[in-house]
Amino acid sequence: MTLSPANEALAAEIISWFPRSRSALIPLLHLAQEQDGYLTDDAMRHIGELVGATPAEVKGTAGFYEMFRFEPVGTYMINVCTNISCLLWGGEELLHHAAESLGVEVGGTTDDGMITLEEAECIAACTEAPCLQVNYRYRGRVTHDDFDRLVDDLRASRLDIPRHGALSAVRQSIPAERLAGVIPPEQAREAPVWLGRNDVEVAG
Amino acid sequence: MDQQMAVNGYIAHAPGYVHNDGPKLITSRFTHDDSFTLARYEATGGYEGLRAALETTPAAVHDEVRAATLLGRGGAGFPAGVKWGFLPPGKHPYYLVVNGDESEPGTYKDRLLMERDPHQLIEGCLIACYALGLQQCFLYVRGEMALAQERIAAALNEAYEAGYVGRGICGTDFSVDIVMAWGAGAYIVGEETALIESLEGRRGMPRLKPPYFPAAVGLYGQPTIVNNVETLSNLPWMMVNGAEAYRRYGSESSPGTRMFAVSGHLRRPGVYEVEHGVTTFRELIYGDNFCQGIRDGHELKMFIPGGGSAPWFFAEHLDLPLEARPVGAAGSMLGSGAIVIMDDTTDAVKAAWRVVKFFARESCGKCTPCREGTTWLEQILRRILDGEGRPSDIDLLLDIGDNISPGPYPVAAHNGQEAVPFPPRQTTICPLGPSAVAPVVSTIRRFRHEYEAKITRRDPIPIEVVPVGASQ
Amino acid sequence: MEITVDGVAVQATPGEMLIEACERSGTYIPRFCYHSRMSPVGMCRMCLVEVDTGRGFALQPSCMVPVSEGMKVSTESEVTKKAQDGVLEFLLINHPLDCPVCDKGGECPLQDQTMAYGPGETRFVEEKRHFAKPIAISETVYLDRERCILCDRCTRFADEVAGDALIQFMGRGNHTEVNTFPDEPFASYFSGNTVQICPVGALTAAPYRFKARPWDLTETLSTAWVDSVGARVAVQASRNRVLRVLGADADAVNWGWLTDKERFGFEALNSAERLTAPMLRDAAGGGVSEWQEAGWGEALDRIAGAVGAVPPERVAVLGGARLTNEAQYMWAKLAKGVIGTDNVDAQLGDGLDPAVVLGLPRATIDDACRPGGTVVLIGPDPKEELGTLYLRLRHGIVNDGVKLIEVTPCETGLSHLAQHSLRPRPGTAAQLVSALVAAAVGDGFEAGSTGVDRSEIEAAAQCLAEADDGVTAVLGRASLAEGAEVVEAAAMELSALPSVRFLPALRRGNVMGALEAGLAPELLPGRVRLDGVEDEGSLAEAWPRRPAAAGLDAASVLRAAARGDIDVLVLVGADPLNDFIDRDLAYRGLRGASLVAAVDMFLNDSATLAAEIVLAAAGPTECDGTFTNLEGRVSPMSRKVTPPGTSRPDWMIAADLAERLKPGSTEGLDSPQAIRAELARVSSVHSSLTEQALQENPVEGVLLAGAGATGKAGGWRRSGRPTMGRSPVGRTEPATGPAGREDLPEPPPDGAFLLVATRTMYDDGTMLRHCPSSQGLAPAASARINPADLDRSSLGEGAAVRVVSDFGHIEATLTADRGVPAGSLRVHWLAPGSPANSLIAAGTDVTAVEVEAR
Repeated sequence: MTLSPANEALAAEIISWFPRSRSALIPLLHLAQEQDGYLTDDAMRHIGELVGATPAEVKGTAGFYEMFRFEPVGTYMINVCTNISCLLWGGEELLHHAAESLGVEVGGTTDDGMITLEEAECIAACTEAPCLQVNYRYRGRVTHDDFDRLVDDLRASRLDIPRHGALSAVRQSIPAERLAGVIPPEQAREAPVWLGRNDVEVAG
Repeated sequence: MDQQMAVNGYIAHAPGYVHNDGPKLITSRFTHDDSFTLARYEATGGYEGLRAALETTPAAVHDEVRAATLLGRGGAGFPAGVKWGFLPPGKHPYYLVVNGDESEPGTYKDRLLMERDPHQLIEGCLIACYALGLQQCFLYVRGEMALAQERIAAALNEAYEAGYVGRGICGTDFSVDIVMAWGAGAYIVGEETALIESLEGRRGMPRLKPPYFPAAVGLYGQPTIVNNVETLSNLPWMMVNGAEAYRRYGSESSPGTRMFAVSGHLRRPGVYEVEHGVTTFRELIYGDNFCQGIRDGHELKMFIPGGGSAPWFFAEHLDLPLEARPVGAAGSMLGSGAIVIMDDTTDAVKAAWRVVKFFARESCGKCTPCREGTTWLEQILRRILDGEGRPSDIDLLLDIGDNISPGPYPVAAHNGQEAVPFPPRQTTICPLGPSAVAPVVSTIRRFRHEYEAKITRRDPIPIEVVPVGASQ
Repeated sequence: MEITVDGVAVQATPGEMLIEACERSGTYIPRFCYHSRMSPVGMCRMCLVEVDTGRGFALQPSCMVPVSEGMKVSTESEVTKKAQDGVLEFLLINHPLDCPVCDKGGECPLQDQTMAYGPGETRFVEEKRHFAKPIAISETVYLDRERCILCDRCTRFADEVAGDALIQFMGRGNHTEVNTFPDEPFASYFSGNTVQICPVGALTAAPYRFKARPWDLTETLSTAWVDSVGARVAVQASRNRVLRVLGADADAVNWGWLTDKERFGFEALNSAERLTAPMLRDAAGGGVSEWQEAGWGEALDRIAGAVGAVPPERVAVLGGARLTNEAQYMWAKLAKGVIGTDNVDAQLGDGLDPAVVLGLPRATIDDACRPGGTVVLIGPDPKEELGTLYLRLRHGIVNDGVKLIEVTPCETGLSHLAQHSLRPRPGTAAQLVSALVAAAVGDGFEAGSTGVDRSEIEAAAQCLAEADDGVTAVLGRASLAEGAEVVEAAAMELSALPSVRFLPALRRGNVMGALEAGLAPELLPGRVRLDGVEDEGSLAEAWPRRPAAAGLDAASVLRAAARGDIDVLVLVGADPLNDFIDRDLAYRGLRGASLVAAVDMFLNDSATLAAEIVLAAAGPTECDGTFTNLEGRVSPMSRKVTPPGTSRPDWMIAADLAERLKPGSTEGLDSPQAIRAELARVSSVHSSLTEQALQENPVEGVLLAGAGATGKAGGWRRSGRPTMGRSPVGRTEPATGPAGREDLPEPPPDGAFLLVATRTMYDDGTMLRHCPSSQGLAPAASARINPADLDRSSLGEGAAVRVVSDFGHIEATLTADRGVPAGSLRVHWLAPGSPANSLIAAGTDVTAVEVEAR
């Protein structure tokens, strides 16, 4: 699906904050993933038009980053960390338990389409090993029982976690009257005015 | 687990942070539940540093930072004041890029700074922009850190509203926008030139050097300062209290405090704010004020002193101070403030494999030795773990290492030489490839017999299974 | 500066990369990603060498390190060798060992490196990386991702050189692959270059797949013939069959790049439908008999008989741009010097007045692309018509600060890179250029009815005024629905600017050679006017006679033929039905001539319609000769294979006819070399064209006198009238001066559009029809209008419509196109089944059309 009108307006605002529109590519891809749960071909084409890139450039860039998915995934993506700190506290065993209890391979999605299981690299919660993320929300010191309870809660929609693709619930917004203004690189410029305070101060 | 539940799916408190008795320059607000709000920030001296800076000249602010010898906290430990000085005069606009793409295995402090005290970071960005005439700031947060993104977005919205960011900051002629950007899952983007590529909307692959510093040619080809979150978070305190006060903490060459995430087989793993350069590994690992020692009934086997990229240390290194130079001289690096402790239950080969696997997965694929070499190392280690090792594999691992990171470092494992100067040479574009060599060389050097045992027995060695969810 | 390579002092040029300096001094450093025509990326790491810049030796990629004074390099040290061997091993571990079935086998840098230095056996016991075997990434190009070593050459070419970023790295790390976006193939006019520069067998092109082994091929340096850029090529053949054409790196011309049409155009020459012998048929009385193969003697006798039986002015020769310089000279000599007719025209109403093309100060491609220069495009879309020139211009704009000002009726492939794009209403280009020049020199001006805002003109004029380094005008026919006079007048206006030089952008093959050889009315070889030649001198000696009176151009020839005033019409590689700007006139002319004879490689539509005699001509890879490109640069074309059947070179056919008509007139002219010598003798323009000069410049070729900024050219005067060389040719001012024109076209009436007819890279031309790899690439007929016009129309996007002019109609699909200004309607020239020349009448400056549903 292409970006909805509302998201296209958001996209235009995000693009306007960057000196070059291509810089908005990754934020816009997140926007598309939030809208559809994954990146559709149409969305990538649309974003390419918005930022001035070919669809191949958009997909080539998106594919570099692991969070972007080109196929539908579960409502919840569970990323179990098995990197060194978590390995030391049973991260691998947790991942195996997860795969077994969900009945999926790592990388797979449960038949009900609710949960996709992934093996994650270090997610910066090393003292809370073994840890995992549900749609990038942390859970630490997860026992096998904790994991099973978590899955039950997710399936029962008992947790207030938005579906895969949604990250921050708060968006940055800059009031027009507060915007200092984008400084494009090609706009040959003098030093900003406040830097000139040196002279004033030195003179004074 | 229930106490971890919170609104919008986030865990509400700062997990892992340990507020001990010691100087608190950058984590002073972490104990407050609402530490991330503007109200709390203003109530606890927030934006005073910015005001102090605005009352003096940009050059004076730069001088202050230079005088404080603020070392970069991203891993390389380069003095920020000196880095700032690399901006070529007159080539405006300059940009500030904040590196919040914290992904180094074991590293875990920028996330807390962004989640718990976003205004402190924003204030730090503003001080840097003011000092150097940086005309726009891009705050790049790691993609997987949804809460950090949310806290920063909310804080920026508050700060814009309150007149701290944007046009005419605090009623002065100082105007700068701070725009949050965020990644999408690629470790290599933590490398500053790859970060710039990513910020330009491209595949986050490191740029070729020269030019060596983004300060000369950076974002959109313009002079760009790339600073780490923790580095910038030091600035507000420094502006309020002065370089003189700052230098009272830490050592002469490494003043101030640093955050260390100490994880692994410990009684009290945690993220600590530690005096830089004076505390030793032993104090941090065994001290009552810190991690309180290895978990019960076990001994230290080895530890990673500076994140997944660092060569490993052993008991004899415990008395080294937490300072870049002595750690480098001993053959490793202090890196990004991540210390991973492994006790005597740890399978050295498996631990090495897991770190190598990380680098193989995160290799960007741009240069041949890293793309092919890291994967090959991982495959061989996996094979050895699976009981399919061959006697020639140890030499093969070291030779592959030599082809990624040539010279004395991998060779040292052959002749038992201990300390090899770090960083190593590389056939690669960036240090990611050599990072994958570090754990292999470290473990073969010290635990060659474990490799040999796995290879000669030709059957998987059962490793001691860590009780899952055991108390830590 | 001096550097030391393996202990030997070597001279190096400041700024160059170490890998280049070493190679020039005889030390080849192995490389896969480095390519001298693209920016270095330092990715493959194969070129690592030890470099000491004063702080001790360290491994550095020699493709990324600029030389510096006193630099020491060790390319053979143990450390260097170990690093290179290591990289080679890394590249091989996932590379399939399928060399025996790989097209690259035998010319593969990876294979060569491995054979020379590689280990005897592998230490890699793991499973290799797997991808689905070759996938078609375009109609022509196949990609085998298992063989790919991710050197970024193809992707860099697509993005950096061609500007078609349709192939990209996808995925990351060890899973990185080159690929396209789903359902968006690598549809680039330049895709074949990626196959040529692929350092392994990952990219292959359909025309060569599994056809031959490199060691079976022999090669000759030649010149591409499909357009007037004259890109240098290497023609490769096996067993008397051309199997592959590669780009040759001529620094002044194509830098090794080719369009796919230049690269794969040879396929047509191998077509089974080539004419292999003369054929005759009887077309008397309206009905036609079947074609009968005939002997050369009989066919030539019949033409000579017909020509000999009528007055010279009732004979006409059209075409000749396809020919070599030597054949062109022989046809000029036959027509003008033996038969005595001046009714000769190599351009089919789609060119420009030779007086303008040859008389204005000339520029080379390098002149146009010099760093910081300014280019004014009053001509066709280079991307569609002159592909390799497009690549050079694009490089200049993107990398060297060349500023482009477009004066074109529609968007071009360079518009997004242009500083200023002015879109004059069809017919008003001269008025616009007049205003532009006036504004640039600070005079007052009127935007008039050009449809371009004053502010746009002022901005572009500012850019022109700042062009202190001179201006190059790329001059040609942007729209074939607009009269040549419009462009000629615009050129005259622009020539008023000081130091402006012109690069002709006439597309048709060796058209510049034809004009220089005199294949145009009122013109003799060497830019000499018919009435400017003396009765004594080399030409008078070499030619038995000269035309008594000025002859007719193509349009007038066809008009005369339609009236019954032409008895013998010879088509030399010409297909007026498809190529002449007025299809109806072409039809009537062909039908009106008493005898039509065609000299060609194929039986084209015009010959099928009207010819009674066709003579089978040898193709560009089948005879020797030379080619004159748009700059006036002469380079060799070389015979690589024998022509099919009894086909003969065009020069020989002319000589055979001349001998029949005037025995002895071609004495001694028994080879291209001998003809070239006579051409150099009779034409001062060609005097530099010696065998020695050609041999000394085998790649770059030889610039003719008057070509380029360094050549001797006609001057300019403030009045804008070009002055000619020693013997001025042609009229000295356009037939219709722009300043004096009162009949500037009005905006079209409501609901009507002004027609713009532009060529596309691929069309329904005879040669392309016979190239399997270009099948289906010609865009279908579309009527393209501005979206605003479409909104006002009762018809919708995609509607099946009829485009109707006063002269005819074609069927097309209505399409919105932001690149077309409001009020204009653009059609593709020679779209399959919808020839745009049906809409146009020769002699009209603009054509109004309407669109109706069908």
